[in-house]
Parts: sequence; C-alpha cells; structure tokens
Amino acid sequence: MVEHGDIRVVHRGGSKINSREPVVTNDSRFLLCASGERVKVFSTSTEECVHDLRGHTDLVTGVLLRPTNHLQVYSCSVDGTVRLWDFTDGILIKTYDIGYPVYAIYASANHEGVFFIVTPTQSDNRSELFQLVAVHLPQSGDQLVEAQELSAVLSNVSSNPAATGFGRGGEYIASAKGLHLEVYFFKKQKSYRFSLKEDNKKGGKNTLMCIACHPKDDCIATGHEDGKIRLWRNFNHKKEYTYTTLHWHHNAVSSLRFTPEGTNLLSGGLESVLVQWRYNQESERDFLPRLGSAITHIAVSPDGTLFCTSHSDNKITIIQSCVKVSAVIQGLVNGESVRTDLMVDPRSKSLVLNGKPGHLQFYSLQRDKLLYNLDIVQQEYIHELGLQQFEVVKVAFDAPGNWMATVEERKPKAAEPEINLKLWAFDEQTQSFVLNTTVSAPHEAQITSMCFSQAADGQTSMLVSASEDGHFKAWQLPRSACTEGPSWSCDFVGDYRGLAPQCCCFSADGSLLAVSFQEVVTVWSPASWELLTTLSQPPKAIRDLCFGRLGCSKYLMGTTASNLLCCWNLLTCSLEWSTSMDVSLLLSDPLTENMAAFCCQAESTDLFVFKPSEPRPVASLKAVCSGKVTRAVFAPREEMLESCEESSQWLNRSQLYFLTQHMDLMTFTTKAEEDRLAASSKQLFIDDSVAMTPFYLLLGKHRKQENQDSLTRLSAELMPLPRGSLAIKELLQSPAHVLPSTSVLCSMFVESLLVSVADGSEESKHAEEEMESEKEEEDSEGEMESRTPRPEPASPGLQSAESAAPALTKAQLKELRRVKKLDHGWLADLLLS
Amino acid sequence: MASFKPTKIQVYPKLGEKVTQDTLYWKNYKAPVQIKEFGAITSIDFSPVAPHNFAVTAFTRIHIYGPFSQEPVKTLTRFKDTAYCGRFRSDGQLLVAGCEDSVVRLFDVSGKAALRMFRGHTKAVHVTDFTSDRYQILTGSDDYTCRLWDIPNATELNSYREHTDYVRCGVTSKLNRDLFITGSYDHTLKLFDARADKSVMTMDHGQPVESLLLYPSEGLLVSAGGRHVKVWDLLKGGQPLVSMKNHHKTVTCLCLSSNGQRLLSASLDRHVKVYNTTNYKVVHNFDYAASILSLALAPNDESIVAGMTNSILSIKHRKSPEESAEVSGQQRRTPSYRVFVKGKNYAPKQDDYLVSKPVKQHLAKYDKQLRTFNVSNSLDTALATWTRLRKPEITVAVIKELDRRGTLKNALAGRDEQWLARLLNFLIGNLVDPRFAAVLAPAAEMILDVYRRVVGQSPLVDRQLLRLQELLEREIDYQQDLLEVLGMLDTLFMVEFALEQTEDGEHRR
Repeated sequence: MVEHGDIRVVHRGGSKINSREPVVTNDSRFLLCASGERVKVFSTSTEECVHDLRGHTDLVTGVLLRPTNHLQVYSCSVDGTVRLWDFTDGILIKTYDIGYPVYAIYASANHEGVFFIVTPTQSDNRSELFQLVAVHLPQSGDQLVEAQELSAVLSNVSSNPAATGFGRGGEYIASAKGLHLEVYFFKKQKSYRFSLKEDNKKGGKNTLMCIACHPKDDCIATGHEDGKIRLWRNFNHKKEYTYTTLHWHHNAVSSLRFTPEGTNLLSGGLESVLVQWRYNQESERDFLPRLGSAITHIAVSPDGTLFCTSHSDNKITIIQSCVKVSAVIQGLVNGESVRTDLMVDPRSKSLVLNGKPGHLQFYSLQRDKLLYNLDIVQQEYIHELGLQQFEVVKVAFDAPGNWMATVEERKPKAAEPEINLKLWAFDEQTQSFVLNTTVSAPHEAQITSMCFSQAADGQTSMLVSASEDGHFKAWQLPRSACTEGPSWSCDFVGDYRGLAPQCCCFSADGSLLAVSFQEVVTVWSPASWELLTTLSQPPKAIRDLCFGRLGCSKYLMGTTASNLLCCWNLLTCSLEWSTSMDVSLLLSDPLTENMAAFCCQAESTDLFVFKPSEPRPVASLKAVCSGKVTRAVFAPREEMLESCEESSQWLNRSQLYFLTQHMDLMTFTTKAEEDRLAASSKQLFIDDSVAMTPFYLLLGKHRKQENQDSLTRLSAELMPLPRGSLAIKELLQSPAHVLPSTSVLCSMFVESLLVSVADGSEESKHAEEEMESEKEEEDSEGEMESRTPRPEPASPGLQSAESAAPALTKAQLKELRRVKKLDHGWLADLLLS
Repeated sequence: MASFKPTKIQVYPKLGEKVTQDTLYWKNYKAPVQIKEFGAITSIDFSPVAPHNFAVTAFTRIHIYGPFSQEPVKTLTRFKDTAYCGRFRSDGQLLVAGCEDSVVRLFDVSGKAALRMFRGHTKAVHVTDFTSDRYQILTGSDDYTCRLWDIPNATELNSYREHTDYVRCGVTSKLNRDLFITGSYDHTLKLFDARADKSVMTMDHGQPVESLLLYPSEGLLVSAGGRHVKVWDLLKGGQPLVSMKNHHKTVTCLCLSSNGQRLLSASLDRHVKVYNTTNYKVVHNFDYAASILSLALAPNDESIVAGMTNSILSIKHRKSPEESAEVSGQQRRTPSYRVFVKGKNYAPKQDDYLVSKPVKQHLAKYDKQLRTFNVSNSLDTALATWTRLRKPEITVAVIKELDRRGTLKNALAGRDEQWLARLLNFLIGNLVDPRFAAVLAPAAEMILDVYRRVVGQSPLVDRQLLRLQELLEREIDYQQDLLEVLGMLDTLFMVEFALEQTEDGEHRR
C-alpha cells in the first residue's frame, strides 16, 4: 500500500471466500473458510461472520480441522507457516514455521503428530513442480515452533488441494496429476501409478481434475475434464486394477466428496448442479439444480447433515441433507470484468456493480457486506462454456433513487447485437427495484453513455442514452396516468452531423445537456431540445465530460484522447483553461465542488483532486496503484469527517472508491478514520463472545441504546425499568466461575424478581419523599426565579454560567439521592458469599 | 436454489381495433333473433306510434311484428304478386304497399282487407309513401313515373314523367306536404314540388340510386347507389357534400340512428357500416350472414332489424342495463370458482400452527421441456397448430430462446418432410412481419444450412422453399421502394428547409 501523508489506499470488499474448500466443524455450528490473508469463521445458522482469524501475512491456502482436537484448526499459507487456532475463541495457539510456501495441508487421525503439506520442490516460487511432504510436529510449549523434520512422501503432485486425499483410515494417500493417479501405501512404503490415455475415441479429455477416497471402502473416485467420474478399485495391484465410469456432467468435474458414512458420492461442476450418487447403486442419482453458478468445492460436515458448496461467484451455500438450501454466505462478486460503471444507489448508499452474470449486486460500503443481487436479465442462465450471455453494461440512477435504468447486451457471433433498455421503479413495500418498462432495441448499435436528468424537483425524470448509431435519445415518463401505470417512452431523438455521440452529461440543475460528438461538445436545452452551442477542442475526440457542481456549475470539464484536460466556461462559451494530462477517468463529487482525475503515467496511476475554478489541485496522490483506473465513484459518507488538514479535506464528505486493473475495490482513508475504525473493531471484538445471531443483534442494539440512554438521561426522571432486570443483567454478565453455587443464586434470583412488588410500597414511599423533595425544589426554584430578575452588574455570559451551575448540581443531587436509595443488597450478598 | 425462469414472451403492442364509445354502444345488443320469411325481405318500416310495431315486406306478404314478439302480430296477404315497400302513416293507423302487379294497396292496420286500391301504374310499384299532411300518397314505379294520389277519393292527383329509368326509391318531406324526392336507376335524384308540377332540383348520383334518406332537419339528403353513399346539401341547391365508398358491393339501404348522430348503411357485401355524421368516418361495422336488402332501427335504437336475401329476418334487441352489467359478473357466479378457491382463502387464527407447503411453480409445456433440455420437443410444442396460428409470438419466443441457448440447430435438425413443411409454412406466414423478422431470419438461414443436402427430394418442401424465395424477393423489392420514397421525401424536406433558411436570411437582411 502506498503511504502518502496520512491518506492511505486500502482494500475494500473482502477477499475471495471460494478459493479453498470450506470446513464445517464437528457440531455443524461453524463454517471455516480461507479468505485472503485471514480465516473467517461463519455461523452456519445465521450466516454472520463470528471471528476473523488474523495472523498470516500472505494468502491462506488451506484450512483443516485438527483430527485429535475438534475445537482446533490448522491453517496453512503461502507465507510458509502453518498456524493452529482455537476457532471458538479466535485465539492463535501455535505457529509452525515451515520455511517454504505451503499450498495445501492434509492430516489423518491415524498419523498422530504428523501433517502433510504440498510445497514447491525448489525453494523458489517460480517452479511448477510440487511435492507432498510429511511434517513431524516437534513437541514444544512455545508459541512459535520451527518445524525441521520434513520427509518427502510423493514428488510431482498437483498444487490443487482437491487432487490429493487420504484413503480409508489413513492407510494410503492418493494423488492425481495430469493423466496419472498415484497411490502411496504407508505400511508397505510403496506407491502405485496408474495412467490414462490422453484422449479417448470420442475426443473427451481424460485429465484428472479432483479426487475423493471412500472412508470405509477401498475405492477412489476421480473426476475428469470430460465430465466423467471413475471409481477405481483393486489399486493395490499393479495390473489388475479396475475402474467403473459414471457420466452425467457435460463439463469438467471440479469437486468430488464422499459422505462420512460412504453411502453417497457428491459431485459438482460448471453446471451448478449438485449430484448425489448412491454408492454401489450408481444409476440412482439425486440432483439439486440451479445453485447459482459453477460449483468449485464441496464440503460435508462430519456428521453428514450439512453439505457446503462454494461457487465461482464468491458464494458458499449451506445445504441441509441434499434437499434444502438453508443459508447462503455471499461475498463481493469479483467478476472478470465490470462492464457497468461503479454507481452509488442514492437510497441505500450502496455500491452497485456487475455481480453474477445478468445480475447487479448492491454492496453496502458501510457494513462491508453484500446486500443483495438484483436479477436484471430475468432469463434462465445456461451454464455452458462459450455461450454468449446477456450482460448488464450500463446502469444509471436518478437523483432521489426512485428510478434505475439498465442496459443489457448480448453479442451473438454472426448476428447483430441484442440490446435491451430496462427501467426499474423503486417499490417502497418490497424495498427493491421493480421492472417498469422494457425497451427492446432502443438503439441500433452499442449504447456508449446513459445519464438521468439531475432535476431537483423530482417530478419529471428524463433519461438520455447515446449510442454508436449516431443518435442520442431522450426517454421520458409521460405525465398522464394510464390505466396500467405509466411507462417510459421516447421523447426526442437527436443527432449532430451523423457523428457518433460518446458521452452525455446533465448539468447540476438539469437545464443543460452536454453531448460529445468526437471532438465537438454540443450543448442542448432539454426543455425545448434546441442546440444551444457547440464547443470544440481539436485535435482529438472527447473522452469524458463532466459538469461542475454547486459553486462551479458554470464550468464544463472534458478530457480528450490527446491528453488534454479542458475547462469551458458556459457563461462565456469559451475555454477557461486547459492542461496537458493523460486523464483516464474524470468524475465529480456530487456533494462538493471537487473533481477527481485519474492520470495514467508510466504504468501507474496518479490521482488529482481539484476545483474547476482553481487550477491548483486540492490534493494530488502519486502512484495510487499500478495500471489504468477506469472505474471509480464518490460515495457519500454517513457522517462527516472533521479533518482540518488541507490535503485530506476533500475526503470529509464523501469517499472515493475505485477499481484497479485486477478488479480490486480500493478506497482512500485517512489516519484518523483508521484509528477510529480500529478502536470500534476492538470494542466489537470483546463484545462478540456470543454468536452473532439476529436475536443477539437485536438485543445487543437494545442494550447499547440503553447504555446510551442511561448516559444521556442523567438528569431524567425515574427510570421505568425495574432494577430486577439490572440485577439479572449483572448476573448474566459475570463469568460463571466467579459466581456462587446455583442454590444460593436461585433464591437470590427469585428475590430479585420479587423485589418489584416490595418495591411498589417502597416506590410509593420514594414518591412521597420525592414529592417533598420536589416541593423543596420548587421552593428553591421559586427562589431562583426571584433571584434571576434581580438586576446584577455582572456580564450576561457569566450570569448564565452561574444560573446553569446550581441547576446542574441540583440534578446531580437528585440523582445521587436516588442512587443512594437503590437496593444494593444482592451485591453485598454476593461479596459476602 | 433459484427456480426456473420461464421463457419471456415479448408483448407486442396490439394492432387490433380500439375500444371506443361506439363499439361499446353498438356491441351492447343481445344475440339476434332470426325469423325465416317466405322470400327476400325488401323493406322494413317501424310504426311511429307507441308500441312501435314494424312491417316486414317479404314476397307476397307483409308481416307486422310487435316489439318483442317473434310471431307476427298481423299478416297482410291480399297481394296477387310480390309486395313492395310497406309503409306506415305518421299516426300508425294506415299502411300502404306497392306490388309487382302495379296496384297500390292501402290497409287499415287493424283490418285485413285493403281499404283502397290505386290503379294507374303500368308496371311494378317499388316506392310508396305518405305525404306529411297524411291525405296523399306518393308512389314510384318501374314505368319511370311517380304519382301522387288522394286517399279519400282514391284518385290520381298528378303524374311526373321526368325519370328515364325505374324509380326505386323516394322519400317525402316530413315538414312540407308538397315536397318529395325520388331516386331512379337513371342515376339522378329529383326533388319535386307538388305545387310546381315538375322537379325543382336534380342531382346526379353517378350510379343507379338504391336508397334515399332525409335528415330530420331536411337540410341534408343522403343517397346510396352502387358502392357509393353521397350526402347532398339541399339548402345549397343540391351541392354534393361528401362521397363515401366504404362498401365493396352495392349499398342497398340507409338509416339514421335515433339521435341523428350516426348514419348506418347496409350493403349486399353483408356489412352494415356506422358513420359519424360530423366527419363521415366509419366508426363501427356489423357483419351479417347474407346480403342485406333492408335495415331499420327502432326508435331509441332499441333494436336493429335487418332483412336479407336468404329471406331471414334478423332482430337484435338492445341489452337492458342489468343485462350488460351481468356480463362482467357472470363468471363469478359459476360454482367452479368457489370450488377452486375452497379453503385457500382461509385466514389462519392466532393459535394455529402453520404448515407451509412449497408453492408449485406453474410452467407452460414448452418451458417444462426447456427446463429438462428437451429442445426438439419444446420446439414441437411451440409449433402446435393453435399456438402457431393464434399466438405466433410464443413460437417466436421459443425459437429465440433456443437460439440464445445455442441449441436451435439441434432442435431443427433431423425432422421429417411433414414437420419441415409445417415449419416452412410458419416462416412464410411470419418471416416478413417486422416484429418477428429479426428472430426468424437467422432461423430460416439455419434451416437452409441444415437441409441443404436434401433439397430436391421432396416436392412438398421444394414448393414451400420456392414460395419462401418468392416472398423474400417481393419483400426486398418492397423495402427498396420504401427506401426510394424515403429518399424522395428527404430531398423534399431538405429543399423546404433550405428555402426556409434563405427566406429567414432575406428577412434578416
């Protein structure tokens, strides 16, 4: 990460959770999965992340339950360490330093004190050869242990963790690579190698993809690239081995798994169908279709009740006994390419971008969590390689967030592209977008740009779409309410000398529309559709257009392909200033006058933040990331930051997010913000000893509110809550080992509940007393009143301070009096016992 | 685990008729009562007085029907030959009718025998009417004359020999006892004034005139002849106002709705058209089973009576307000709804333990097949006769979905001759539809690719392919023409624009 003053570039949006197979704990309550440099612990029932095991310094490549202690878990990483964690408390127990990058980890109950890892054969990372190594764990009480006893078991194995597996009772280990299957028997210290031909007659590919060993039987299942599954038997003979073939998948089998009892075999692949084969009755199959996207890994809980499938769209599905999907843990979908611009939903303030194929994902930036996926294409997704699918290529929101426009596109190989423009209305009841209008073939060619009118009145929405067919069209919602509800229709079709429009932009008040046609910028009035003026800055085509906001709304910014950043003044219709910069992306902050320009220079990107009225940039950051930045967005903050440093002031009201070349979501943070975040996360960490269930969240919030309330209502009148609940809370919060025996507690507990009745009489007494005290107060108030009008020579400021001070003390006095009256008997009992 | 997302059927804007006030008004009639008469029904006339009986002239009889009875209240049978044009007098007491035997008979509505017989015409009398003073009768005959008769004396008052062909229609003025208008097969309309002994106005319709109608104000005259309906302004000396040509066979009858806002014309092409009398646009249209010869509307439009060449009299009564309200509520009253909803709308009480059942997703048959990847079967389902003909958008949507899945070729391949012929038939019907062209054109190409090897083996498929080729060629020519027109228009607009600009420039100067 790049340090620059106190502004830092940080990753957002989590990492892949589908890179490795997830692990279900013995009690099926937690799900562990590797996620970037961390191991995440999810609750299987609530889908919430309970713990975040941090410690590794590089990508985590494997998670494995310790066979001898089911409350501990091993994790291995490319940083050359294997760490042992207690996942219920989220504590690091031990670190084994291997010294080489570890790509997979295996262990078996029958091999105590040993685990098996896959490391590169040469110590340098570039080699393609990997070996399976047994590591003998030294017995040591230290936190950091250096594991020296390494012994190679198999050489030339695949780095894919699915391609190796332990057989029945840990007697043998099987590994697949390319067209070979190798089985190593530990007792005989002997390995057998079986090979397949490269291609069979029908052109199917026999390459082995994954492997699974039967837990009770001598049988190895292998999945192949052509979709076949082979069940190998008799593999302890060199020649007399046999195999049977099962074929259902039409694409490569990416994952295989036997259930713990060995009765069923689960397989999955690109088809996103979980297939359950009966062992020894392979003609009987059960299917769980339409799981969303290609299955990459399958995991089964040790008791066989839960299946977990991880999918290529960064999702883990938890399935109960192959019937019902009970939970879905979804991370930010990192597609290969984001075709839509990054957008911020004005209502939920969530980031909107391409998600699953044909979907848009709404990603909450504050909670760092995927909110939901919205199905845009609404067509059955066909899981087949090489098929042209509909893709969402453009999204636009109107200012209040009532309307969303999407463009989807499909390009068949031979035929013309299919384009659909869809307009979605926000439905208050379901709190999501509902399809209102579909326009098929709105333009004859690709749509290059689309924007909503920014009109503040919110009455008339207008959408402008520009296309390569040389036209731009304005779409409007007719005002007359029809019987079937209003639907959008085309209002105006504009063109300029047959040139193809590149980008369009509305001014802040919606009174001007700028459309760029190659090197000419045309300015139109949306009210009358008159061409007002043209601005031109040869010699190259305009790449980006952007109107200034707030105080700078008279400026129109544009970037050209010939590395020029121009600023036109719309009052004089002349060029205000221009500068030579290779701007790859220009965008304006909707809340301030600031504009951000990403410049690409020598393989790395610089960021300039400036105001159109001042040629001097507000802030500039060098070498933000490598490669070109083409997608970025300003997201409004929930609460304003108060940073007074000039260089970071532009981050006060909104935050800038951008996508790098490798589709990583990054953002800029300041030091102060990070500190605050760290503090809050620490607080959370202490609090989170309980599983994060929705119930807990509800209660937790309530409790927090209570705390706050009690803090803020220092001077408030009688607390409505009976103090019994307070006692119960204290009781529940104190750890069990410091509490007295249950028999003692029970009577106390009941007493504390009964107090409320006794309290009634007491309270009436209190009330009486309080009445008196109030009388007194009134008297004193009367005194005060009589005192305040008395003319005093002191300055008014001083007087007010004086008059406030006795009032405060009065309130405090009252509070103190009440506290004194509180029954602290239970605490005394507790201390005595 | 998401559920299967069904194929999206594109909703296209409906091109069919719009629901207007007129359609609502004219559709608000009950199913027609049909009565078989003895011959073609040439004339229907409503009595102007209260029960509003109507006289139906068919063959040698005139039946008088009550407003609700389906049996004739009275039958007048004293005709030697075919009777024509039974007309009520304005007090509803007397009825006059012409006859093929050239004798005009006057009946008392309550009696049976003829009160008077007017002899004088030499040929069949097709037109009879009372003048507004109620004491005279106008007749027009195939002997090219029209005459006025005095009822009390049964004598001929005057004879007008100005027409040069059969006189087949005529009306008398309701406001002036001396004015009447006749129309003849010599293409002319003549306005006569009994005080002048000759026609005072002549209008040329251009076709043999079949029917005449005077507006209640008597300022406008409507004439029907050939396929044309023409409106004349009598106050401007018989100036033609409008000419309407909405029928594709001879217009036989005209009548006006009771409020005078709508004009109805009936024709041999079996249609009745309803015009708005302010702009003379067709606002509604009825169909009948056979060519219509006569049409009449009861006062207040209570019923529409039409007589046809196949001697069927069709009477449509207006629905009463309760009946029209019933239509919408009718389905709710059937027991099936209650059967289906039984127990489902039970609201759980507070202590009830709820056992929820998974909601079953209802899918169309093709969707079920698509879900299980049975692509060929789903295409078969989508090409079923009913879907293909009535809801081509479903078929097109399934083809599009298969194309999106990349399995359209598999679904199209390996079919037999019959199936292929059916698919090609569908393509011929819908390929040039602009709504479907984008989907069906690639599909058609795919079919040609798949079955290129076997072209020439089946005469059935070959014929279809030739038709398809022809269709495409025609469509290409058509599109080219359209582009040419567009180009011409563009030039015109540009010239116009340039002219405006130069003018502006001159103004500025």
